[in-house]
Amino acid sequence: MADTEKWKKINKSREERPKLQEYSCWEELSPIPISLPIDGAMGITGDWRTFRPVIKEGCNKCGICWMYCPEGTIHKKEDGSFEIDYIYCKGCGICAKECPTNNMEMIRESDTKDD
Amino acid sequence: MIKPELKDFLQSEETKIIKGNVAAAYAAKSARVQVISAYPITPQTTVVEKLSEFVDGGLMPGTQYIKVESEHSVLASLVGASMAGTRTFTATSGQGLFYMYEMVHWTAGVRLPIVMSIASRGPAPPWNIWADFTDVISCRDTGWISAFCATHQEIYDEILMSYKVCEDYDVLLPKFVAYGGFILSHTSKPVILEDQDKVDNFLPPLPDEKGWPHIWVDPKRPLMHGNLIMPSGFYSEFRMKIHDALIKSKLKIKVVAKEFEKTFGRSYGNGLIQEYKINDADVAMLNYGDLALQMEEAIDQVREEGYKVGMVKLRHFRPFPVEDIIEIARKVKILGVMDRATAFGSPTGGPVSSEVKTALHGIKGTATVFPMINGLGGREVTLEQQKEQLKILIKINETGELPEDLLHGTLWHGKLEVD
Amino acid sequence: MASLKKVMEDEIACKEWFLPGNACCTGCGLEIALRWAMKALGPEIAMVTPASCLNVVIGLWPKTAPDFPQFNMAFAAGAAVATGFEAAFKAKAHKFPGKGWDKMTSICFAGDGGTTDIGLQGLSGAAERNSDIIYVCYDNEAYMNTGIQRSSSTPHGAVTTTTTFGKERYKKNLPAIMRAHDIPYVATCSISEPLDIYEKFKKAKSIKGTKYIHILAPCAPGWGFPSENTIEIARMAVKTGFWILFEVENDVLTLSKKSKPLLDPSKRIPIIEYVSTQKRFVGISEKTLIELQEQIDQDWEKISKEIYCQEEYSK
Repeated sequence: MADTEKWKKINKSREERPKLQEYSCWEELSPIPISLPIDGAMGITGDWRTFRPVIKEGCNKCGICWMYCPEGTIHKKEDGSFEIDYIYCKGCGICAKECPTNNMEMIRESDTKDD
Repeated sequence: MIKPELKDFLQSEETKIIKGNVAAAYAAKSARVQVISAYPITPQTTVVEKLSEFVDGGLMPGTQYIKVESEHSVLASLVGASMAGTRTFTATSGQGLFYMYEMVHWTAGVRLPIVMSIASRGPAPPWNIWADFTDVISCRDTGWISAFCATHQEIYDEILMSYKVCEDYDVLLPKFVAYGGFILSHTSKPVILEDQDKVDNFLPPLPDEKGWPHIWVDPKRPLMHGNLIMPSGFYSEFRMKIHDALIKSKLKIKVVAKEFEKTFGRSYGNGLIQEYKINDADVAMLNYGDLALQMEEAIDQVREEGYKVGMVKLRHFRPFPVEDIIEIARKVKILGVMDRATAFGSPTGGPVSSEVKTALHGIKGTATVFPMINGLGGREVTLEQQKEQLKILIKINETGELPEDLLHGTLWHGKLEVD
Repeated sequence: MASLKKVMEDEIACKEWFLPGNACCTGCGLEIALRWAMKALGPEIAMVTPASCLNVVIGLWPKTAPDFPQFNMAFAAGAAVATGFEAAFKAKAHKFPGKGWDKMTSICFAGDGGTTDIGLQGLSGAAERNSDIIYVCYDNEAYMNTGIQRSSSTPHGAVTTTTTFGKERYKKNLPAIMRAHDIPYVATCSISEPLDIYEKFKKAKSIKGTKYIHILAPCAPGWGFPSENTIEIARMAVKTGFWILFEVENDVLTLSKKSKPLLDPSKRIPIIEYVSTQKRFVGISEKTLIELQEQIDQDWEKISKEIYCQEEYSK
């Protein structure tokens, strides 16, 4: 039995509405296709990488890599240092190229220990 | 020069002798539209002029009037305004409608309840500015509801009913309200403009600052519309829903027409069609637009000669009133369908006649359909000519003889012949 | 000029409004432009995106990347839909005061194809009406989404799939066209200066009327360079004087920080250094190179004359 009222849940507040809509047949669909914002709209884009950026010890926390990262996968931590979200980082290499102190290294994926 | 009459800031019931275009403008005002977007084109120009007079004169406080630079932008700006959750209105004609055709499809795809009045004119070339419904009818596949008006009062009434139908949460579709260019747009007749409170009761202003139930602009609940959907995804199913909503809107149109009759005392048949002396008729003519009104007079005069003729006025072309047409076709033996538009290469050359034939296909005991076309490009169709058309139907019924000058099975009536 | 440290303290600037994991190419110039535009504007906007890369990089239904109201739109309709949003916000602010409708900004984020070619009519109309919208053109100098075809914004000599031996005509000067419309704010940006983008968008948000911002956004697959060089190439475009960073507010031209020193021709690096980094200029003839350099020198002549006139006038 199709739940034709299901789509109306997207009308709720951000916290209450489903993160991802799931419909099984045409009767359940919302009147028009509405998309909701979600991380990883194209999947785990970290899979695209051949090289991954690694922040070395000499990093002076200037924030230039955070500024230039196209994807927004470099995040600032509480203590002012930066970490890279490897789930979505596409490995473009801009952060390593722009780092003013040469403390961002691009390491081949196959050479890294974790996945 | 233009001096807006500040005394009708809040309309109270009055009868004014006004042009069809002006009636459309008054209807938009009564409906409390919030965003209007307009571009001038003959014969719709006076709609946008009158609306400008109202807005600039302060008679529609809060209403935004966007003066765009092309018809494509007319509908594009209304799509934007409607998505944000406002009641919108515009008007156009012929070539303008063709220019915004891309956006016509888009609007139906987003299911936005925009009402557009069309002062129909013949498509160019050759250049033509007079009554011909080809422009509206050529948008029949887009998913818009389409209605034809025969009288000035009907223009005003139909626009009010349209908002009620379109904004219903089970319908949510845009609508064309079409009437003959120059014939209705530029002639004047008395029109009853209703009291604003009464209209507000029938058609309440938009209730909610949040917007429509299916699309809204709210930074706290961000959404995106218009993504790509692969063929293997739900693309076809979303399109199915438009057809489904359009067919289901038939019921809503009937309900609203009844409610309108109860509130304001004016009846328009069942909303989808309006019958005239069908019950004991042998032959009937199907008309739409202003010619339907004149046909009533022709029917009366031909009946005086002893023939049993009737007429059905088609009010809504989309959704096509299949059940009503079948019922009519069961009552008479010959059903003439008079188009005032063309559908080149179709089975009959006339759009409505082709669809009537489709609707009746396979149904036993229904009339033979005789397709006709007249009045293209605003050519005058006189009362005498209409009586002649009825006589042709009567002849077909009595002798089975078809007229000689058919073009591929259709009678293009009133052809010009110069000696 | 905002400092990076200061910007990193702002809550809205620290948030990512264009969520990661989308379908943008690695090292996409558009993504940097959008990311920084959104950091300046915040989420109280309605963005319309006519057909462009941005239409499709956000992902397939039912997922999307922008964490703010965004709507795809037909190609030619960008500026008009943005005007529609603005009118709706005004109408709603009148009807439902105090609900924040008067704080909403209407934006059109279009590509160079959707601005210089098919969208020009709509943009000109919106500018003439002085619609209260921000119109952003992110310029990757070709129709990249459909596979690198030439647009009016493709520079002289560039190879695209429809200009196989290099484009004969020159780049259409959209900022000049928008200046001729007498709108309150016209600005150019480059993705190599994200803080400049941040400042200009913050300024645009505070001005009423049509604002036009043109951002140079190099495209790695389209221009033919490795993805890590995106910023470097954008920077070089500015350093050669090929892309001039300026803002025009109420008809007063101000060169931005990185372009100002280039009034002195000796400070501009020769165009050949810019051109040799991109595959789309491979096989560029000597003649075309000279023409490009001449064009740059001519443009700077005009700018320095204008600045001189402005200074004299204000004395």
